[in-house]
Amino acid sequence: MGYLGGFIVTLRQRGAKNRVTTQYSGGRVFRRNQKRAVKMDEKLEKPERLHGRHVLNKYEDGMEKCIGCELCAAVCPAKCIHVRGADNDPMKPTSPGERFGWIYEINYLRCIHCDLCVEACPTEAITETKLFEFSFTNRQDAIYTKSELLVDNSGKPQHLAWEDWREGEDLNTSGWMRATAASGDANFTGVVSWSGELGYGIRPAEDKSE
Amino acid sequence: MIALDTLLSDEILWAPLLIVLLKVVVVFVVGLLSTMLMVWFERKAIAGMQNRIGPNKTGPFGIMQTLADGIKLFFKEDLIPNRSDRFVFALAPFLSFVPAFLAFAIIPLGGDFRNGNGGEVTWFGHVTKVQLADPPIGVLFALAISSIAVYGIMLAGWSSGSKYPLIGSVRASAQMVSYEAALGLSLACVLLLAGTLSTSGIVAAQATITQWHVISTGIVPFVIFLIAATAELNRPPFDLVEAEQELVGGFNTEYSSIRFALFYLAEFMNTVTMSALIVTLFFGGPQPIAFGDFVLDIPLIPNALEGTLWLLAKVLVFLYIYIWFRATLPRLRYDQLMDLGWKVLIPGSLGWFMLLASQRMARQNEWNIILVTSISVVVMVGGYLLLQAAFTQSARQRETQGPMF
Repeated sequence: MGYLGGFIVTLRQRGAKNRVTTQYSGGRVFRRNQKRAVKMDEKLEKPERLHGRHVLNKYEDGMEKCIGCELCAAVCPAKCIHVRGADNDPMKPTSPGERFGWIYEINYLRCIHCDLCVEACPTEAITETKLFEFSFTNRQDAIYTKSELLVDNSGKPQHLAWEDWREGEDLNTSGWMRATAASGDANFTGVVSWSGELGYGIRPAEDKSE
Repeated sequence: MIALDTLLSDEILWAPLLIVLLKVVVVFVVGLLSTMLMVWFERKAIAGMQNRIGPNKTGPFGIMQTLADGIKLFFKEDLIPNRSDRFVFALAPFLSFVPAFLAFAIIPLGGDFRNGNGGEVTWFGHVTKVQLADPPIGVLFALAISSIAVYGIMLAGWSSGSKYPLIGSVRASAQMVSYEAALGLSLACVLLLAGTLSTSGIVAAQATITQWHVISTGIVPFVIFLIAATAELNRPPFDLVEAEQELVGGFNTEYSSIRFALFYLAEFMNTVTMSALIVTLFFGGPQPIAFGDFVLDIPLIPNALEGTLWLLAKVLVFLYIYIWFRATLPRLRYDQLMDLGWKVLIPGSLGWFMLLASQRMARQNEWNIILVTSISVVVMVGGYLLLQAAFTQSARQRETQGPMF
């Protein structure tokens, strides 16, 4: 066929079999009727280390991991994180150490999801989930505060009313951190060098062969 | 009175005037609607070929997408660059938009062409044709109008006062002028066989499938016409005028809002018109598919309306072919474009036209047709060799003396 072979190629690409795009409505259909979502509002399978909305983690005893050191704010290239630390109340501490993250805000109009905050964090307090929808109708809504970022009592990310959480999106919220955190061993196979996490416990190290 | 319409040849009455006005409105609305649907159809079809879904949110199957885009463009800010020639800048979109609609006026949109009927129908007791105008110059009108559309693009680029649009418009004028020649010469083959310039006459000459000009002129003029028409429309693979990677947006870079929408509309309108013209010239227009005495008739529908359905079906095929071109073929380089136009298409269509003319002469004067054909083939081969010799010679000279410019 020579020159004309390309016409057959393009014609063969048609049809649902080869289609790459999925039907995605930003969660509108999913919210109304979860059964129709498979056909009308499908989210793609996401990679394990996708950078999405942040969460602030807790230790297994319910203490917050954040110590208010502001390293994440310092490293942030987009300057979207605002942190202020405060001294813990000795009688009723929020975090195990001396200080805790008193104010913690992330502006998602600025965040570029580079994950540098996650790498900078000395206590693995901040990690990222796989939720990627950020559409807001005003600038105030784009700023997530500590009450929204903090995990709930079971250690899972909060499912906020305006967010479109699907199955599996709150799993492995700290996958990327485990490979690169400063507290981790470079040759980390079999070496568990990170703290336990509320809801997950002390998880096994990531398989290096991956 | 110029006999643009058979209705108007006598004194003007109210009923015929209203019929003509109705036709004007219908052609305008059909033009706009077909453009709207064409944009949607193109986006949908090309999405299929690129493993995508295409627009599917606005209305059923996303069919209102063009309307939504149009409304959005209406409310955008209308920018006029400081360095532009304001009057020409404002005029250019209309120079490209109006001809697109004018050319549509001569396309027979239906009617009964069977049994030598000539496409005439009776509406409210008046005999008329299902086309806005049937001037005796017919096809020449379409060619003339499409040449005017070049001014729209050329002036748009020139008046923008900016480099990329200027380059785009220079390319456009060069390309359209070169391909107009091939277009006209392949058209001449059709006119030679039909013996008339009027579009309804050309359609009436193509009663059966063997009389369709695509077959009776040999397939060559049709292929040349299709390629030249694609270039004339500035559609891929000949869309150097608006080559995004090189020229930002080409001639319409500086345009925004409704002026841009007019260019966009004109481009797709031209595609529809050109497809309809190809169908009219080569594929029998509103004529049904017929082999000898056997006619593929759609039952229960009156013949006049059936013509419209046939035209629609045939035009859709060509619209799809244009989309298919766009999905498949990569853009030509500028020198390749000029080479194809001047060294292949124009000599090809000219040679084929002479072959057909000699055969027609032979048939009229009852000469030996095989002898005449073989002599003309020999002459054509000789001419082709001369042309090739000229090309090699000029290439050699360019090597030794450097390019002329």
